[in-house]
Amino acid sequence: MIKAELKSFSNISAEKVKDSILNRYPAKVARKRGKQIIINRVENGDQVPEILANSRTIPGILTMRGCAYAGCKGVVLGPTRDILQITHGPIGCGFYSWLTRRNQTRPETLSDANYMTYALSTDLQEDEIIFGGEKKLKKAIEEAIALFNPKAIGIFSTCPVGLIGDDVHAVAREMEEKYPEVNIFGFSCEGYKGVSQSAGHHVANNKVFTDVVGQLEMRKEGKYIVNILGEYNIGGDAFEIERIMELCGFTLHSTFSGNSVYEEFASAHNADLNVVMCHRSINYMAEMMEKKYGIPWFKVNFVGAEATAKSLRKMAVYFGDAELIERVESVIAAEMENVLKVQGEIRPRCEGKKAMLFVGGSRAHHYQELFTEIGMETLSAGYEFAHRDDYEGRKVIPGIVVDADTRNIEELTVTPDEKRYNPRKKNDEMQKLESAGFTFNDYNGMMTEMKDNSLIIDDLNHYETEILIEKYKPDIFCAGIKEKYVVQKGGIPMKQLHSYDYSGPYAGFIGAVNFYREIDRMVNTKIFSLVKAPWQESPELTGSYVWNK
Amino acid sequence: MLLRHTTDNIIDRKALTVNPAKTCQPVGAMYAALGIRGCLPHSHGSQGCCAYHRSALTRHYKDPIMATSSSFTEGASVFGGQANLLESIQNIFAMYDPEIIAVHTTCLSEVIGDDMKQIINKAKTEGKIPAGKTVIHTNTPSFKGSHVTGFSNMTTGMVQYFSENTGDRENRVNIIPGFVEPSDMAEIKRIAAEMGVQIVMFPDTSGVVNSPMDGKFHMYPKGGATSAEIKSSGDSSFTIALGSLASTQAARALDSKCKVPFEVLNLPIGLRATDAFVDLLRKKGGVQVPEAIMTERGQLLDVMTDMHQYFYMKKAALMGDPDQLLSIVEFLTDLDMKISCVVTGTPAGTKFEKSIKEMAGGDTVVKSGATADTYYFHQLIKKDKPDIIFGNTYCKYIARDEDIPLVRICFPIYDRVGHQYFPLTGYKGGLRLMEKILNELLDRQDRDAAEESFELVM
Repeated sequence: MIKAELKSFSNISAEKVKDSILNRYPAKVARKRGKQIIINRVENGDQVPEILANSRTIPGILTMRGCAYAGCKGVVLGPTRDILQITHGPIGCGFYSWLTRRNQTRPETLSDANYMTYALSTDLQEDEIIFGGEKKLKKAIEEAIALFNPKAIGIFSTCPVGLIGDDVHAVAREMEEKYPEVNIFGFSCEGYKGVSQSAGHHVANNKVFTDVVGQLEMRKEGKYIVNILGEYNIGGDAFEIERIMELCGFTLHSTFSGNSVYEEFASAHNADLNVVMCHRSINYMAEMMEKKYGIPWFKVNFVGAEATAKSLRKMAVYFGDAELIERVESVIAAEMENVLKVQGEIRPRCEGKKAMLFVGGSRAHHYQELFTEIGMETLSAGYEFAHRDDYEGRKVIPGIVVDADTRNIEELTVTPDEKRYNPRKKNDEMQKLESAGFTFNDYNGMMTEMKDNSLIIDDLNHYETEILIEKYKPDIFCAGIKEKYVVQKGGIPMKQLHSYDYSGPYAGFIGAVNFYREIDRMVNTKIFSLVKAPWQESPELTGSYVWNK
Repeated sequence: MLLRHTTDNIIDRKALTVNPAKTCQPVGAMYAALGIRGCLPHSHGSQGCCAYHRSALTRHYKDPIMATSSSFTEGASVFGGQANLLESIQNIFAMYDPEIIAVHTTCLSEVIGDDMKQIINKAKTEGKIPAGKTVIHTNTPSFKGSHVTGFSNMTTGMVQYFSENTGDRENRVNIIPGFVEPSDMAEIKRIAAEMGVQIVMFPDTSGVVNSPMDGKFHMYPKGGATSAEIKSSGDSSFTIALGSLASTQAARALDSKCKVPFEVLNLPIGLRATDAFVDLLRKKGGVQVPEAIMTERGQLLDVMTDMHQYFYMKKAALMGDPDQLLSIVEFLTDLDMKISCVVTGTPAGTKFEKSIKEMAGGDTVVKSGATADTYYFHQLIKKDKPDIIFGNTYCKYIARDEDIPLVRICFPIYDRVGHQYFPLTGYKGGLRLMEKILNELLDRQDRDAAEESFELVM
């Protein structure tokens, strides 16, 4: 039976699993899903099969995906604490995005602004839907300024706003004229835009780039000034990265957007380097800042102790200072001591166990590092809202077909800033680095790093989850809150990789240790073995009832 | 301070809601639909709505919440959602094989003006609904009402689609339980069974969103009112609607469709509200109240008398949903507690405000509807500091900042378990509510007592 097949996952035919998934689908659905379920094969180092991604969700299919508003307001802007965020629309969207993503933030003093715990909404009613909501939005902005006196206000459009024709950008301009000390900007992140959260990331990047970055000439004190893009401080990840940066001697200018403040965004163009964590949600910003201000970028990963060390080393090499390189090495050595100790303790208990990861636009890739470090293997993985480049690497970008849903999201034309464009490294310096194997603007995608025959599945849905679990019987499954109890009811531990199940941090060195211990707890608990009651284990009757009569 | 920007300076707001004390209709409709056996709720709009509602209900119940979406794109938003719903219906029956699909609208599909009846009829004529299966719907625009009215609308949809008067009047009572927890619904059924009254209850989420762990995922758990049961509600002799906001509409619809008379009661939370329920059930069911129920009532009253000193003149501030608030306020005033303020974001009308004031006294601040939000609630608490707060999980930020104990009630409760399994309804539920209050008040007294007055026996 399935159990016997399980000895090694390489014995399970990925083709058969794929076929059994597609069999049940109506023909049209099967055709589409067939292109989104790929059996991995890496050739010549980085050649992988093409996958269909960033494509419409099939109506009626139990998807994991959310909407553009969630990607814009929830993911990208949500973690910043002093941009006052007003949701323009009926009450629901503002309510559901209120504190639910666990973006931690730590104001420096008690008098610093912190709007993280506040959900502001225009709570549109039927009359405003009929006659237009702009008047109410203006009034709401006035009331918000009276209550909070913020430096900046972001307005987030929900579905009906686009349809009734409210112009949030015009309102923002008008109110900014009235309140010139407040930077007010609007986001056209209506939920129906694009095909997933991803559209909202792009909308957010565009507006923050045009209306916030470059507004303030301030450069933090320090030698090696870095922005981290795409780190959202879920469960305190950014705090751990901040700690490591400081130990190494990097100056973290701004994080987009975990534990961040408006002024750090506004002056981010003054940094020496952009490093990108979550490629999917923020590569736009890195690209645009490079074009306009000349800041180079490369991909890093602070999930996984080895990946963290590798990223730190790369950053040190970029700056090329021998003292920095040495300091980074000594930090890594000191931190790895405890990491290896815990690995050594936990690895024997986790070795050989199997994981599946279906989450986000980066996490399904990044977290494989941590599993590998305790000897666990990833059987199957996929993203919820990523694009082809996140699977296959940035080399495929020129060949990605721009469909109608993507065309609806504005693509900004960016040119070098006349005064402030300043390439951080001279051409010959860049060439020297690159000829030594250093890569910029790089992301090779998830598939190039996964084993042959692993199943790569984009936009996994509930039915496919059931088939995967039935066929592979993984030891742990990673996804989000909607999937959590579906999987656990089936007797498989389920780790949330959006909210971390309300623990963390999992980034950096301390985070790696936390994650090892957490996975050890989950895959080795006896709770799942208690499913059967004693009388279900041995159901034969023992007749005391008869005797007592 | 977590809510450092909240001051006690109350400015009248006309347009801005800060920290809402309600959410939108569709989540209530989704929850109600889960109370039909074999039903898959379907959200007709962008997939973000469905994702948010499933997430919210999952966090609240820590159980699988299955529901589908029409997954609108920009095209669907311009040309209408008919094609998306038809495709959804076809895919859902092919993939998930539910008995029933319960469609609710969203602000997006409402603004577009999709005609649900017409689309469902089209699905029927095109053969997209297999024989014996049903698609029902309700309209839940998010720019009206709240999660409570969404629940009410879906419950009414059940009557409109299923209830039938066959002409054979049965000696059976319908109970519409209101937007309460699965544990509350189970308790209401238990009381009726204990009393020997034959009932039909719908919706019934017990066993669906608090399902047991048996090592297997069940797409459609064993709980829920069956469509046959809901159909038979049209032949019942009477309907008891619990909670006027969540249940009146469906009871009225059943009366006009199937001529089943009804009476609306407050939710049976606390002694007197439970008395009213048991009394009406006794009369309409034609039974005597059994000894077992009298014992439960007596136990509740016993603890009320035993521990009265700890409740007496303690000041409470309450935020939540109107139907719960009415009953809880009555119970707290029976315990001789003082009610400082009562806030709900759900538009509950002047009758609600009047009823609260009648029970709690003229000095109690009551506000419902627009800008009656958690921010305003916090401001009232700052102005008149209570001994205890009642509210959902979001009130924990207030409780921490102001150092006041919190009893979690209503929706959502994201940070504690219990509400799924232990009721607040009925006499047993009254005991549980009282225990929760006492634990908070006595822990506080223990924490704050001087060493010499630290009590062993309380």
